[in-house]
Amino acid sequence: MAETTKKIVQEIKIDLDKCIGCRACEVACSAYHAKPRYSSINPARSRIRVIFDDLNDVYVPIRAGDYTPAECTGRHTYTINEKEYKECSFCGVACPARDYFKEPDSGLPLKCDMCVSDPPLSEPMCVQVCTCDALTYVEREIEAGPEVSREEIEIGLESMANKYGWKRVIDTVARMSNKD
Amino acid sequence: MRFAETGFDLEIDLTRGNIERVKTDPGLTALHLGGQGMNAKILWDRVGPEVDPFSDDNLLIFSSGLLHSTPVPGANRTCVDTFSPQTNMYSHSLFGGFFGPELKHAGYDRIIFRGKAENLVYLFVHNDKVEIRDATHLQGKGALETGALLKEELGESEAQVAAIGLAGENRVFMATIEHANSSASRGVGVIMGDKRLKAIVVRGTKDINIAKPAELFNICNPMYREIYENEDCGDTMAHEDDEEFHVNNFAWGNARARNVGFWNAEREVRWREITEAVRLRWTGCYNCPKDCHQAIRLPGKQTYFQKCYSKLTYAMAAYEEIDFNYDFLAVTQEYGLDGFSTPQVLAFAIELYEAGILTDEDLPDFPESGGDRFYYLVEKVVAREGVGDALANGVYHAARQIGKGAEKYDHNSMKKFEQVPLKLGMINYPYFLMYATGAKMNITQIEGSYPQVAIADKEERQKFVDRWDAAPKRFKDWFLSWEPRTHPTVEASVNICDWNETMHYIDDSIGTCAFLSSFRGQFGGRPPYHIYNLPEFISLASGLDLDSDKLWEIAARNRNLVRAINIRRGLRRVDEKPPEDHWKKRDPEMEAKLLDEYYKFKGWTHDGIPTKETLDKLDLDFVSDDFLERGILSASEGES
Ligand code: SF4
Ligand code: SF4
Ligand code: SF4
Ligand code: SF4
Repeated sequence: MAETTKKIVQEIKIDLDKCIGCRACEVACSAYHAKPRYSSINPARSRIRVIFDDLNDVYVPIRAGDYTPAECTGRHTYTINEKEYKECSFCGVACPARDYFKEPDSGLPLKCDMCVSDPPLSEPMCVQVCTCDALTYVEREIEAGPEVSREEIEIGLESMANKYGWKRVIDTVARMSNKD
Repeated sequence: MRFAETGFDLEIDLTRGNIERVKTDPGLTALHLGGQGMNAKILWDRVGPEVDPFSDDNLLIFSSGLLHSTPVPGANRTCVDTFSPQTNMYSHSLFGGFFGPELKHAGYDRIIFRGKAENLVYLFVHNDKVEIRDATHLQGKGALETGALLKEELGESEAQVAAIGLAGENRVFMATIEHANSSASRGVGVIMGDKRLKAIVVRGTKDINIAKPAELFNICNPMYREIYENEDCGDTMAHEDDEEFHVNNFAWGNARARNVGFWNAEREVRWREITEAVRLRWTGCYNCPKDCHQAIRLPGKQTYFQKCYSKLTYAMAAYEEIDFNYDFLAVTQEYGLDGFSTPQVLAFAIELYEAGILTDEDLPDFPESGGDRFYYLVEKVVAREGVGDALANGVYHAARQIGKGAEKYDHNSMKKFEQVPLKLGMINYPYFLMYATGAKMNITQIEGSYPQVAIADKEERQKFVDRWDAAPKRFKDWFLSWEPRTHPTVEASVNICDWNETMHYIDDSIGTCAFLSSFRGQFGGRPPYHIYNLPEFISLASGLDLDSDKLWEIAARNRNLVRAINIRRGLRRVDEKPPEDHWKKRDPEMEAKLLDEYYKFKGWTHDGIPTKETLDKLDLDFVSDDFLERGILSASEGES
């Protein structure tokens, strides 16, 4: 059995009730990820976006998760203050179905990288400028077992699936495992 | 490369349906920065004194500030300039929110409208795509409702919209332009309506270049916390439930009498309960850590945003209970009506009725209570129906149109514009000057850097001055020697007026919010932005070589240019007086002396006209040439 190790998980907690809709998080994220750093401000390039619907009191900051190659099929609708929203509005992935989290000119997907840098920031940029604590940064230590490596396999598999489709990946894995 | 600005304006001819993207002159940025300064230059160049505000040739300009779309926190005030039919003078307004930054990301520093559309239209801007589109289906729609409908219809949930309601459509002089949680008041909505422009929709995803990006970000990042934690900035009063200050100090009805004692512990508790019940949340403006705007929702009604000043103004003007105010605001916000002027116009009509000047013929079935009367009147005004047609022109004009002695009831306007309903005892020297000479129509847009009251305790006074980083030394000296209930000297008063207005001219050209700088120094003396730190922000963002003196000079240039625009339209010393009864005890001799000294200090003639020397020193030679040619300055005055 593999030995368990400690692992730090970084998280940004979002408190919707505290958000004042100032979009400072968008400004700071886009500045921090501009190349060269800070050379431009452009919320359209931010990896965090505040979904606004001010007449219905909807202020939802979402961070860009992984890229999905296709729109998912299981869309739902939510009702908030009597208005319907597509699940999409709150799904944090860079999805071809919507305009968030894509570079405005190239259309390439954007992904939150937790502002990793060397030396590391005290807190991710969006959290630093969110003074009212709608965004807070937490580091949690978790027990990590062999899953760590499984995660890597998952990531690898997923990228292969993106490239070849799940069917071919599964067929290949099945064929190869039969050879053993 | 252009830094901090895009270097392009949008020119929209609504008569011909023409759209042009025009490159601007970077030399002008160095002279005027942006916002109000650039707008003034355009209005001077292109709108002659003979142009009627309601004519095709009047321009309506929406301008971002130079620091919009830079990381500088709290730079988001969009500036709207035009000529007002109410005053026939230059009209200047501002609104917060998100519009200016979005416009810059679309690739434009400002939009200049001329002409008039035949039918109601809106402008749609998405980066390089710019279209004038039909808006007849939006006729009569509420101001914020229009924004929501357009975003939905265009599939542009991230666009920013500025729109007028029915008041603007019907050319009501008190009409506002509404955008998100903010609005532009003071006489600009009426021109948007006159141009048949229902809304502007902007979406932008382009980059803005910064001259010294890393250095700028470095000084901006700590500002978030500083602003957030600084209790002396933002709209501090918005968050208070104790309304005693406004309720007791401002005059009720048609700016008539104070109602001291109305505010009490019981009302304060009830006010808190009411407010908490209707508030959805506090909201802020683009890239600012403060949260000055309440999102309000009453049962069964659409959400609206309550602005700083309008908290109880309608209740006070109508002599109503506090409950009335949020209900009534729900109506006026969607019509798009200014919370400063409208309460006074409605209260004025009630006074005329009670005096028998307006009769049951003018106001058939006029209700009994102040509140019901307000609901009744606001419909008439917004529809310009019957006597509402005169009232929709503001107190000054309505009084003259109605006649029969109604002029006597117009006691709180100045230069034909309604003023804050303050009725005070003894004349206040710096305030006399600010009221009399200001070009921004409302005292809150002029006052703000020097404290309103002296500090009695000498030690406290010293402490205040010690941490007063925003103040040039001479003001510290004056403040240290200022005893309560005494007048500042004439020299100090002139300087105080000058400093106060200078800071507003700076804010309004770079787009920073007055609650973080020009308006907030007077309470607490700790505005996050001031004459000593702003040059660095502006320089790092724009690449302009600035220090405090140069920045002050730019503000003086913009101030004199605005002055010149009004002078060319006929403004003179005789017009420069506060509302007759603003102070009970006046001092004509001292007032004349104050004006003399202020004009001298500014480099203006005895009649308040900037001299050739003053103008030329500020690179405004084109103004002095024009003044000499028109005979506004005689050759000898020119030389003075
Ligand atoms: S910075 Fe914080 S409060 Fe402002 S929009 Fe982002 S999440 Fe909301
Ligand atoms: S945005 Fe999210 S929910 Fe919407 S289609 Fe894409 S993956 Fe599905
Ligand atoms: S953590 Fe960093 S990359 Fe992620 S959204 Fe926040 S600022 Fe952007
Ligand atoms: S201080 Fe208040 S009004 Fe000014 S920009 Fe910030 S939130 Fe808006």
